[in-house]
Amino acid sequence: MAMDGGEIERMIREAIPDAEVQIEDLRGDGDHYAASVISATFKGKSRVQQHQLVYQALQGRMGNELHALALQTGVPTEG
Amino acid sequence: MNDNPVFERIQSEIEATPVVLFMKGTPMFPQCGFSAAVVQALTNLGIKFKGVDVLTDPSLREGIKQFANWPTIPQLYVKGEFVGGCDIIREMYGTGELQQFLDEKGIEYAG
Repeated sequence: MAMDGGEIERMIREAIPDAEVQIEDLRGDGDHYAASVISATFKGKSRVQQHQLVYQALQGRMGNELHALALQTGVPTEG
Repeated sequence: MNDNPVFERIQSEIEATPVVLFMKGTPMFPQCGFSAAVVQALTNLGIKFKGVDVLTDPSLREGIKQFANWPTIPQLYVKGEFVGGCDIIREMYGTGELQQFLDEKGIEYAG
């Protein structure tokens, strides 16, 4: 099963509107992605909480249709 | 959160051992690249840990995801606390944060 990279980005943006999302299809097979998600809403949250927010945005797809999404999250750097 | 009987088993696992990795396969023979990566990081740091193979029990494999509200395996627990999955552990290992965190928690090194 696979998922389109644009769909991943759309779902994340829908749940976290200010998110800066970058998706990379690691193998070109639509099944192994890396995502970088930068959002001010992550401020003050632990890494686990930040990743949970992204997984929540993907509404259960992670671990199912979406087998591998290497996730990196962060807050925007100021200045 | 206490409605799943497997939670009790998970809770006793993470309380009984300081560092527990719920993984696919065993530390010696990981059955998944993500589990293998976390085993590698812990082994490189010389950390003593217990691997729990979720592939041996479907209720555990599903239960652990609900337990931590985390959709993937592996999952690392230190002193009863969920620390992260493969991405977080890899990132923490890369920055040296993992070692610092384990030291702060007073985790023992293997032999």
